[in-house]
Amino acid sequence: MSSNLDQLYRRVIMDHYKNPRNKGSIEDGALTIDMNNPTCGDRIHLTLQVEDGKIQNAKFDGEGCSISMASASMMTQAVKGKSVEEALQLSSTFSEMMLGKDYDDSLDLEDIESLSGVSQFPARIKCATLAWKAMEKGVSEEKE
Amino acid sequence: MLNTKEIRSYFPILNQEINGHPLVYLDNGATSQKPIQVIEAIKKYYEFENANVHRGVHTLGNRATDSYEGAREKVRKFINAKSTKEVIFTRGTTTAINMVAQSYGQANLKEGDEIVITHMEHHSNIIPWQQLAKRTGAVLKYIDLEADGTLSLEKVRETITNQTKIVSIVYVSNVLGTMNPIKEITQIAHEHGAVMVVDGAQAAPHLKLDVQALDCDFLAFSGHKMCGPTGIGVLYGKEALLDKMEPVEFGGEMIDFVGLYDSTWKELPWKFEGGTPIIAGAIGLGAAIDFLEEIGLDEIEKHEHELAAYAMERMSTIEGLTIYGPVDPAKRAGIVTFNLDDVHPHDVATVLDMSGIAVRAGHHCAQPLMKWLQCVATARASFYIYNSEEDLDRLVTGLLSAKEYFNDVF
Repeated sequence: MSSNLDQLYRRVIMDHYKNPRNKGSIEDGALTIDMNNPTCGDRIHLTLQVEDGKIQNAKFDGEGCSISMASASMMTQAVKGKSVEEALQLSSTFSEMMLGKDYDDSLDLEDIESLSGVSQFPARIKCATLAWKAMEKGVSEEKE
Repeated sequence: MLNTKEIRSYFPILNQEINGHPLVYLDNGATSQKPIQVIEAIKKYYEFENANVHRGVHTLGNRATDSYEGAREKVRKFINAKSTKEVIFTRGTTTAINMVAQSYGQANLKEGDEIVITHMEHHSNIIPWQQLAKRTGAVLKYIDLEADGTLSLEKVRETITNQTKIVSIVYVSNVLGTMNPIKEITQIAHEHGAVMVVDGAQAAPHLKLDVQALDCDFLAFSGHKMCGPTGIGVLYGKEALLDKMEPVEFGGEMIDFVGLYDSTWKELPWKFEGGTPIIAGAIGLGAAIDFLEEIGLDEIEKHEHELAAYAMERMSTIEGLTIYGPVDPAKRAGIVTFNLDDVHPHDVATVLDMSGIAVRAGHHCAQPLMKWLQCVATARASFYIYNSEEDLDRLVTGLLSAKEYFNDVF
């Protein structure tokens, strides 16, 4: 049993789950996105500070399983300091990873790579993509 | 205990391995599995009887009509309704409750009237009433729960008033497993002139329903949770009420005479069954009723109480495991909802799935109840006729390894 599960629950994922990075909320002048996964109750409150087309800061709050919360933690870590374009590119790479497709590995995915095993657990893909969808929604609203 | 070994042999789907382990199916609250008798009945219908009902002069048309109406009679007996006029086939519990809200509710509620439900309702017995309240200006009121997830008749009496027109309550909670005193609540509703609607989705599979003994005005349930196919359900209503109600869907099948600018309806129950009905579904439900009655509903209820008692006893030995709902197994059906330490229920469910054990994780379509329980999500094991104590032993072993995996490995 454990060997299969280890594909999903990598150590780095559990570390992000238990010690989330960028947990909290940016108070002033930030984009606020609330999203939930209605089938399971996972919930994310994401705040993004975007200036001059660049994500200066990102924080999240929420409730959910290890995969959804670890993914949110990793996402905020990854997009902080990146341009909106770069963040969206990263997001589409992440989507491909979740679908089990070949993804662009020229990007430095760092911890995010550890979520690649989720693609083998179809019921859990939505958990992993929630935070990324929230980020996409936030920056696309900013663009409009 | 039922002879689960024999019962299992009728369910082909249970005879398989999931992730390298024999399947233990404990998600019966979501949907039950289907015995070969039901699968065969549907197959037989499509192979020998398929035609539209109530219109063909030809032989197949008669066969289909006889089987479809025969299924209605089986449902009538199953719930002890006075007449088949009181048995309307629907798509499921949700459709049935919506029909009551849209037809009876829309015609009989006005501003200031009250609709009373509880904090333990499934979304299908909340949202139709929210919408009705918005449309009519009626007030939606909730009966508060006791700490153990039961209803007290005292609070029922406090909440239902002379302004209350509809009381709609779940018979068996899909999360807490609580079995509610429907007969007593119906009496209180009637004392105030309100009609009583019963969400029987989790009750029909598990205990003997008797609408005359309960004296409820409406009862809704689904076929797929009681060994029948998906897409078929039942709305029972007292004839006197149904008679005065307008149909919700208009079209073929439900009409008597159609003019250019006006039409008249068929008699009960057909005026509520617009369009070609769910013929194979109804026949499948009829076969499911035969199957369950062969085992015996009283025996089924007893079996589930025993499984619930065994599960609670075994699961309470797991340190850090919280069980929600009534502590007394006699007060609950075969549903045990729980959380394990701070391991999220999704993660628990994934670990169990890797051991071949299917449980539900999430909010169970009862978000207001989750709020009341002060948790975002829970895991739920729900039992049925084919589950045995060995299945629950497997569950306990799975939970212990989930605990070990998340607490020790990381």
